[in-house]
Amino acid sequence: MICAGIDIGSITAKAALINGKDLLGTLVIPTGYHHLNAGIRVFDTLLQQNGLSRTDISFVVSTGYGRASVDFADKTMTEILCHGAGAHFLNPDIRGVIDVGGQDSKAILLDDQGRVENFAMNDKCAAGTGRFLEVMARALEVALDQMGEVGQKADNPSKISSICTVFAESEVISMIARQEKRENIIAGIHDAAAARVANLAAKIRIRGPVMMTGGVAKNSGMAAALEKRLKLPLIIESFSQETGAIGAAVLAAGTG
Amino acid sequence: MSEKPVDTTKIRSVKKMRDLMTTYYLEALSAGQNNKQVAWITSGGPVEPLVAMDIIPVYPENHGAMIGSAKMGEELCAKAEEMGYSFDLCSYARADIACSVEKGGPIGGLPRPDMLICCNNICGTVLKWYEIQARFYNVPLFILDTPICHTGYTPDIAAYVRAQVDEYIVFLENVTQRKLDHDKMTQVGKLSFEGQRLWQKVLNTTAHKPSPMSAFDAFFFLALIVTLRGTPIAVDFYKELIAEMEQRIKDGISSIPHEKYRLLWDNLPVWHRLKWLSARFSGHNACLVADTYTSAWCGAIQYIDEDNFLDSIAQAYTRIYLNIGVDQMADQVLDMIRFYDVNGLVMHSNRSCKPYSFGQMDIMKTVREKTGLPVLMIEADMVDPRSFSQAQAETRIDTFMEIIKQREA
Ligand code: SF4
Repeated sequence: MICAGIDIGSITAKAALINGKDLLGTLVIPTGYHHLNAGIRVFDTLLQQNGLSRTDISFVVSTGYGRASVDFADKTMTEILCHGAGAHFLNPDIRGVIDVGGQDSKAILLDDQGRVENFAMNDKCAAGTGRFLEVMARALEVALDQMGEVGQKADNPSKISSICTVFAESEVISMIARQEKRENIIAGIHDAAAARVANLAAKIRIRGPVMMTGGVAKNSGMAAALEKRLKLPLIIESFSQETGAIGAAVLAAGTG
Repeated sequence: MSEKPVDTTKIRSVKKMRDLMTTYYLEALSAGQNNKQVAWITSGGPVEPLVAMDIIPVYPENHGAMIGSAKMGEELCAKAEEMGYSFDLCSYARADIACSVEKGGPIGGLPRPDMLICCNNICGTVLKWYEIQARFYNVPLFILDTPICHTGYTPDIAAYVRAQVDEYIVFLENVTQRKLDHDKMTQVGKLSFEGQRLWQKVLNTTAHKPSPMSAFDAFFFLALIVTLRGTPIAVDFYKELIAEMEQRIKDGISSIPHEKYRLLWDNLPVWHRLKWLSARFSGHNACLVADTYTSAWCGAIQYIDEDNFLDSIAQAYTRIYLNIGVDQMADQVLDMIRFYDVNGLVMHSNRSCKPYSFGQMDIMKTVREKTGLPVLMIEADMVDPRSFSQAQAETRIDTFMEIIKQREA
């Protein structure tokens, strides 16, 4: 039985196909303005790549902010349960998940079956999310995917104290004006964002092994800053961005 | 699953309640023409002496709830901010202060007070709020100071508050130039006690499965025990309401179509999103059957001695939910979890109400440890919609319900 998961996030749309314990494939595309179109595109392209058609799929679960727009899904589930199920599928030992996505970040506690015991999400605020890093990357004229690498070269990380993204941006701009080293500012940004996320993790008293998921897991600087804050190593799979979609497919298989 | 249609007929008493509240506000608004005096009083304040002295009590907090429900909170709060008040100030206070100046809101503002009665058993905000209003209207203010009972009610606290109850009576006699009729006071005390007893009974009916009404209904029916406590109106109405609830139970009428999950709510309601929240939860077949808020108006009833009313209210008004320690609050929450047999706890972290929201993390932890139940925290504000993000609340509620479904499966 082949099942599909579709995760429509604020920035990217992801799809995953599983067959029992096997992950058949995943795909990530930009979401754009139209959530349903993104869902159709990511799903159909992935099917095509695997030589499958919609009739081969037994059950589809959609998740993410745009989950309700995916009208061809059999069921919708929230990201939290999907990230939990996805992390458990990728590594059954995982007990904690930290997901940092485009516009929100969350910390999840799992039991040994991959079921969610508790969770915490960021409040009405972009601090500690992908958006925060994006705003800062723009202010610093660094490509978003270079942030991790550049930040790792810091010799004396700057200190950013504002919680608010807008205030933090002005703080960064004044650092630029003072000609602080770009590497140091970036390291400071990662640490500031990591502090917010670590706060969420502390709220639910996260325990290891912890997996980091979501687009921001690809940022090595942010992951390193977070490890330092949490005093725990983070497990990052190559599918970090697609974990939610994989989890949706897993939950689809459980329901269908 | 049997597919027999489920009856969720509207509660009949709603109309009667609306009529009673309209009459109450009309009387209050025309007090001046009828040579009656008006006292503004905090929601947790001892209202009975006012009733006994024929002074009309008016509650800025109840008015605040009306402003919130009418979705007029944003405009009035923003007005108060323009006047220089902080966004961090309780939105009831902001809305009320702005309303006094603007004469805005759903009923064009409250009637002008002849005196203000402030009891700080609910919070410290009311002190400054009432001082501001006392200056604005240039009327006398009485403050009843009830120390927080972190661990218990000490003899010192008892003596201190009891002495103030006497001062309160003297204050009222001075302002009205009339003497308190002690027989009438006794009578009002008995009615207040009876009203609270009946209100508790109303709330108890929701222990039945499925629940004949929800916390959202309780938020509505609460207004009478707040505003007309100590009158026969409240007593008579709640008797009818209990009868209606018992009939609903007999007839198998439930609050939501398919009650599968039962939840407990903590903190004030989100007045501007009641419908939305209720629909969101009932979409998951979940009914908020009880809450810690509406029971605050009968939660200290065990301290009331109806034959010795004035002596006992010192204790009854000091030991209310918001004026006790977090451990005791957690105990009450645990009692309610057991009594209403709920599947989860929903906590409203209320931007406005610090005394209510402070300690919620600890209560959450205690509930988790002692019951293992899922607990959800939603950030919002009772009146000001600018402190609420619907999309975020949506995801949290859905996730919370998914967790409950997974657990109960
Ligand atoms: S702070 Fe809380 S208790 Fe005080 S007036 Fe506001 S809502 Fe009521």
